[in-house]
Amino acid sequence: MLTCSDLRKGTKLMIDGEPHVIVQFDFTKPGKGQALYKCKLRNMITGSLFDRTYRSGESFEPAALEERDMQYLYQDETGYVFMDQKSYEQTTLGEEALGDQKYFLVDNMEVKILMFGDRGIGITLPNFVNLRVTMAEPWVKGDTAAGNNKPATVETGYNLQVPSFVEEGTLIQIDTRTGEYVTRVKE
Amino acid sequence: MMQGNWTLAKKRTRLEQRARIVQTIRSFFVGRDFLEVETPHRIPGNAPEAHIDAVQSDDWFLHTSPELCMKRLLAAGYPQLFQLCRCWRAAERGSRHLPEFTMLEWYAAGCDYHTLMEQCESLLATLLPGGNLTYRGQTIDLTPPWERLTVDEAFDRYGSLSLRQALDEDRFDEIISFEIEPRLGIGKPTFLMEYPAELAALARRHPERPHVAERFELYIAGLELANAFSELTDPVEQRGRFVAEEAMRRDTGKPPYPSPEKFLRELEAMPEAAGIALGVDRLVMLITGAETIDEIVAFTPELL
Repeated sequence: MLTCSDLRKGTKLMIDGEPHVIVQFDFTKPGKGQALYKCKLRNMITGSLFDRTYRSGESFEPAALEERDMQYLYQDETGYVFMDQKSYEQTTLGEEALGDQKYFLVDNMEVKILMFGDRGIGITLPNFVNLRVTMAEPWVKGDTAAGNNKPATVETGYNLQVPSFVEEGTLIQIDTRTGEYVTRVKE
Repeated sequence: MMQGNWTLAKKRTRLEQRARIVQTIRSFFVGRDFLEVETPHRIPGNAPEAHIDAVQSDDWFLHTSPELCMKRLLAAGYPQLFQLCRCWRAAERGSRHLPEFTMLEWYAAGCDYHTLMEQCESLLATLLPGGNLTYRGQTIDLTPPWERLTVDEAFDRYGSLSLRQALDEDRFDEIISFEIEPRLGIGKPTFLMEYPAELAALARRHPERPHVAERFELYIAGLELANAFSELTDPVEQRGRFVAEEAMRRDTGKPPYPSPEKFLRELEAMPEAAGIALGVDRLVMLITGAETIDEIVAFTPELL
């Protein structure tokens, strides 16, 4: 069983026999009062979203889901197709199941696919992915402050903030968990 | 070439603002003859409170607040004290909570919680000499006097239940957090005051209305900033409150805490006084316009 201290963004629980994932999470605690855990939950089968608040002391059944190592093959009109590296079985995930993670998929990337029975319902990406910048404003000469940032777009269409010295064509590393720029990649 | 950590580098402006705020706080209290003290962060036991959990350090604890040691100094005859220090509270992590955070506490003998309200008004005027602040698109007028609202009135005005119903149904914290808090301190800061006596472990009862305690919380832009009391100085009543808090801890399956006997013994010598704890990280959030507490500290636990 899980307790409130296990709740965080990404935690998967069974509610009424169906797996749910916490997509937004906040901890609040009024002065001297009890801790409240405010969750936005997504039903991993139907995709429906709802809010629920839990209090310390409550317990939860973890979602009985299996993760399988797969490889990303291609995108077609049905969705994103992955193949089990041992059994060669294929699974397709819809755009809805992937969310922003679709921007971090690279051909042949090894991922973990979350299975509920024989159905793929979610994905775990490698923590870091390298993508090329396709659009960024040019570097303004003399701007050397390390903290300065500017918007950029990478090859998959994903937009993010990068340091001012990153230019078009640069290969950068992105943390797939936060969606944030990590570093320039040496080629 | 090593590039350094960009996440840390981009916090520079906020960290510089934070340093200035802390310096201003320090000069504010020094200029008013408050003695800055440092009390141990690692102690044999905290004040037992039903909903505050300490982090254990060997067989002692990290302090959840410098309260007990500062009151022992008050009892020893120091009339005005302040401290800026780190505090630890187990399993508190959210967009406004860090398990290790910075607290400002100050105590003054011979006064009550009304004095503390006036001191809050002056402190903010010193930190924001322009007389207002803008947070998440709202402009808050800091000109004193600020709004003073009782908990009872706040439930009537903003809550879906009355205070009595909320207490009976054990939904006090929920109504405060989700219905009342977001609407406090909008336009002008609010002192939410006179908490039910059972929700104020170390506060004095109101002399004319003993069912409420002389306790207030300060809210600005929906953010809870400070918690203050006229201090309870009766050791017998204080011991009874600790026993009740311990019983609540036991009922919810929490580990027992040792009773702070030295504090209880010395409380007898403590003068009439008032004390307040103000969350410095949240104050910095407000002044710098930060959406989350993560933005105004160099390191969150996740970055370590």
